Amino acid sequence: MARARHRVVSLAAVGLVLLAACSREAPNVLEPEGPGAKSVASVAYLMFGLATVVYVVVAAFIIIGALRGTKDSRISDNAFIWIGGLVVPTVILAGLAVVTVKTTDTLRKPDADALKIEVTGYRFWWGVKYPEQNVSTANEIRVPAGRPIEIALQSVDVIHSFWVPQLAGKVDMVPGQRNVIRFTADKPGEYRGQCAEFCGLQHAKMALLVVAEEPGEYERWVIRQQRPRGGPGSEREAAGEQVFMRSSCAGCHTVRDTEAQGTLGPDLSDFGSRRTLGAVAVENNKANLAGWIANSQSIKPGNLMPPVTLEPDELLNLLEYLENLR
Amino acid sequence: MTVTEERPPTPEEEHEAIELLWEEAPGAPGFFASVDHKRIGMRYIYTAFIFFFIAGLQALLLRAQLTSPDSQVMGPQTYNQMFTMHGTTMIFLFNTPVLAGFGNYLLPLQLGTRDMAFPRLNAFSYWIFILAAIFMYSSYLVGRPPAGGWFAYVPNANKTYSPGINMDFWGLGVTFVGISTTVGAVNFIVTIFKMRAPGMTLNRMPIFVWSILSMAVMILFAVPALTVGTVLLEADRLFGTQFYEAAGGGSPLLYQHLFWFWGHPEVYILFIPAAGMVSTIVPVFARRRLAGYKWVAASLVGISFISFGVWVHHMFATGLPALAMSFFSAASLIIAIPSGVLFFCLIATIWRGEVEWTVPFLFAIGWFLIFLLGGVTGVMLGVLPFNWQATDSYFIVAHFHYVLNGAVVFPIFGALYYWLPKMTGRMLDEKLGKVSFWIMFVGFNLAFFPMHVLGFLGMPRRIYTYSEGLGWETLNLVVTFGSGLFGLGTLLTLINFFMSKVKGKPAGANPWNADGLEWSTPTSPPPECNFESIPVAAGRHPLWDSEKLEEAESGSDEATRSMGPPGALNRQTPILSGLQSGPEETMDIPEPTYLPFILALGIAVIFMGLLIQAAVVGVLGLAVAAIGITTWLWRTEVDLQ
Amino acid sequence: MTTVEEATASTEAEIFEAPRSKPGRSTAWWGMVVLIMTEATIFASLLASYFFLQAAAKEWPLGGIEAPELSKISLMTLVLLGSSAPMFWAEHGIRKGQVWRLKAGLIMVILMGTSFFAFLTLYEYPELTFGIKDNAYGSIFYITTALHGAHVAIGLMMLGVVLIKTFQGKITAERHITLEVVGMYWHFVDAVWIFVFSSLYLSAHIK
Repeated sequence: MARARHRVVSLAAVGLVLLAACSREAPNVLEPEGPGAKSVASVAYLMFGLATVVYVVVAAFIIIGALRGTKDSRISDNAFIWIGGLVVPTVILAGLAVVTVKTTDTLRKPDADALKIEVTGYRFWWGVKYPEQNVSTANEIRVPAGRPIEIALQSVDVIHSFWVPQLAGKVDMVPGQRNVIRFTADKPGEYRGQCAEFCGLQHAKMALLVVAEEPGEYERWVIRQQRPRGGPGSEREAAGEQVFMRSSCAGCHTVRDTEAQGTLGPDLSDFGSRRTLGAVAVENNKANLAGWIANSQSIKPGNLMPPVTLEPDELLNLLEYLENLR
Repeated sequence: MTVTEERPPTPEEEHEAIELLWEEAPGAPGFFASVDHKRIGMRYIYTAFIFFFIAGLQALLLRAQLTSPDSQVMGPQTYNQMFTMHGTTMIFLFNTPVLAGFGNYLLPLQLGTRDMAFPRLNAFSYWIFILAAIFMYSSYLVGRPPAGGWFAYVPNANKTYSPGINMDFWGLGVTFVGISTTVGAVNFIVTIFKMRAPGMTLNRMPIFVWSILSMAVMILFAVPALTVGTVLLEADRLFGTQFYEAAGGGSPLLYQHLFWFWGHPEVYILFIPAAGMVSTIVPVFARRRLAGYKWVAASLVGISFISFGVWVHHMFATGLPALAMSFFSAASLIIAIPSGVLFFCLIATIWRGEVEWTVPFLFAIGWFLIFLLGGVTGVMLGVLPFNWQATDSYFIVAHFHYVLNGAVVFPIFGALYYWLPKMTGRMLDEKLGKVSFWIMFVGFNLAFFPMHVLGFLGMPRRIYTYSEGLGWETLNLVVTFGSGLFGLGTLLTLINFFMSKVKGKPAGANPWNADGLEWSTPTSPPPECNFESIPVAAGRHPLWDSEKLEEAESGSDEATRSMGPPGALNRQTPILSGLQSGPEETMDIPEPTYLPFILALGIAVIFMGLLIQAAVVGVLGLAVAAIGITTWLWRTEVDLQ
Repeated sequence: MTTVEEATASTEAEIFEAPRSKPGRSTAWWGMVVLIMTEATIFASLLASYFFLQAAAKEWPLGGIEAPELSKISLMTLVLLGSSAPMFWAEHGIRKGQVWRLKAGLIMVILMGTSFFAFLTLYEYPELTFGIKDNAYGSIFYITTALHGAHVAIGLMMLGVVLIKTFQGKITAERHITLEVVGMYWHFVDAVWIFVFSSLYLSAHIK
């Protein structure tokens, strides 16, 4: 008993210490991984280039003008005002207007072949549903690489915003409204996203992952989610399942094909196959999970999951159960 | 038995009598009852700067927290409160009032008159400002500062998701301070129309006055939308209405539309007077008249007008119909055109000028270099697909600090160095001023330029911390360093100010050899009555146009009797026609009175009653306000001669 | 090109020696014009919000509320808008020095305005089947009509002050700025009601 408690304490300690979250690379707008993001990145490069030229030229006029110290010049006031102030800006802006229209058009075109997903914003996590496949998960959105994705965005509480910089611009999730975002992930990979509309205490740690996989692997995951869940694989898992159902867990969380059908917190049906927990707050491993369950407030203060006190061996069994939910 | 001689007073005796008449009472009575525009203007400036430094401190604390990943300097609640108050303070309690303060101080002097059109209303607008500021900051006293962000989007800012009194300090406070802004705008517009010096047609007004006129007209049409937005928010919070509740048929986006319909013009309400300051300072130190004055004025007006047609660009990510967004995207691009014209008129002025590199001119150059960048990123943000990546990220934080800090604060500092000598009679130290400028300029760019990059590295705004390994650490460190440097730079000007009060060189009437009428007063600070004789303004640059300024003389009829010293002796000033600026009648300038303060206090008590939900307090406030306003209006004898 | 001296001299000639036309409007008048512009924008924002909420709704009014009944409010609308007539009559009267017209006109305006206000608060509000908290329709309906009602009440108080000043003999043919300013405000209140009535009462009946 003492040994189990000791294990738990050290696991929890390590978990709490590992507050530093996942090292996912910076979600760089200029490292696009989808056609939509690529077209925006091109526009961005164009405008950065243009901006640099404009800035350098105009700044030169300002500084040289101030340093010249003489009234004489071949450039008249009118030349400055009308060419610099009117004609050149008008030409540049007209060009940008055309670019705007063209790019916006391509970005918003729907695709009949798109995989439809529904993402709902909560404080401070993301509910993810695949309506046509009847699959439900949270915080990590699996998609087949190369296929157009269409996500319907909603919110149950406040305004959130869905932003995965390498794949697309952001779209807000407004309560009472249904917005749509479209993107394609060109190749497999993990793409970090983050909530981009201030939503309260833990807005900072409401992140998500779009996990693009080879279509075959994605299909296998879908099928696994659709298959009826077998019983727990080991004695420890069975014991853990008991802990889950008897404690407060089942009241807030859903595990497909069990009595746990709570909807206040994320769906945990495939929790074991997720890379992170707490909406990309920390890596998903037993140490962090122990810390999260014992007191998620120490990792994400202000999130809506209360601390859960369990006996050490109960906790260990629960960890085993959760990490094997796939 | 003495024989009293009947003779007209000598100019010296006249002068003494005028000074005696206009002198402010000492102590509390003078302080609370003053209706003098110069005093009120300086109070606005001093008070606003107190809040500038408070908000600056808040910014540095925010930066301390963001310097390293997973930092423990402060938790999310404190951080969220801090950025809410930083933004709210900078916009409502610094930028807006300080520009109103300069407008208040300068307008009668630049226009050639003895006070504003409504001096008591002027005092009232100041009292509302400081009482509203105290109202908002009392949230700290009870440990409940608001944490909804400076624009307080619903549903996050409603009673469900922001329970407690915190957001009510914000919602009620913003409504409260809006009264000051609106009333101030009324005063500016009527003063500009009816109290310009004889001969000062609209075509000859100082360019700064054009900028204040544009600002005031924008305020008139923009602030009501904010008032409605925040009143409906507070109605939802305090009285259970459903304006913004999706479940009750309300709309969270309605709040955004109302807020940004004000919010966008607001940034021009700040930018335009600042541009007016630059347009005043540049000609003086380029030693030539403003190039394209007509076009500068037209651009100021044009920008003000277009600014009402772009607000949706703050909402591009909300899922609006494509057609609507395209219109607003186009308008957002178009506004760059009058901005360009304005900018290049100023460049032209410099190009053919012979520049004297004073501190005010340095700050003007700072404006040029900073606004150019901010304007360019603004154009980028008007391009819809770019906006969808950049909005709500640190890119936008970079952009708005370039335009609201750089393009507004740098002119304000320039204005301090330029006009404080006239206001206080003392020059600020030139060397210290230059050091202050350079540290501010370098610090500013180090602080805010990297934020563009951070935004493109995927860093959203309003986050109290971030994880290691995202690649955001180094740039955040640079930003913090730059912010500290910028803060240091501003402190140097503060020190410079105090130094100048003690041992600044006496300024004399016109230390810069500038052109405006404010420099024509024989002393610095100006005489209490501004002008013993109202000047005749035949040109746009009065002091450069003639060796000696023509002064109007008092005639015997109603329209001209206050033009000369008799007007100053009787505490009067002329009212002139709106377009031609020919004399029409004479206005009695009200005596100092406590009524504006009392009315403002009554209104503050009403807001307090709403805040703490105590009807008794609200009714008490209403009673005080009712007595105040009734007495005030009753004493306003516009009808009797 | 004129020298500055010539410009100054001609300016002085223009403005000081030229025959004087009738003086323009007073600062008080301009102040009220500007105030009205900002107040009008408040009402415009509220009405825009009304139509925004309507556009976003599936049915309007919300929650099965019936579109407001028109007969009595239309009558009272005529009363309120009609009160502009005695107001004009009073204003024209005092310009000719006819103080009796001013007094009679003001009294009529006050009576008509008060009956409108009394109708709204004592009859219309109690009779409505919905409350301000019921849904967004109730909220926007009450707040808009109540804000207008508050403007009517303030207008009535100011008219009362003008009436008192009239009896004190302070309002004359030569100077009656208080009356001009309050009169303008009253016409504004009436004009706003045209928009509020059309939006909240009439348009709800257009299917």
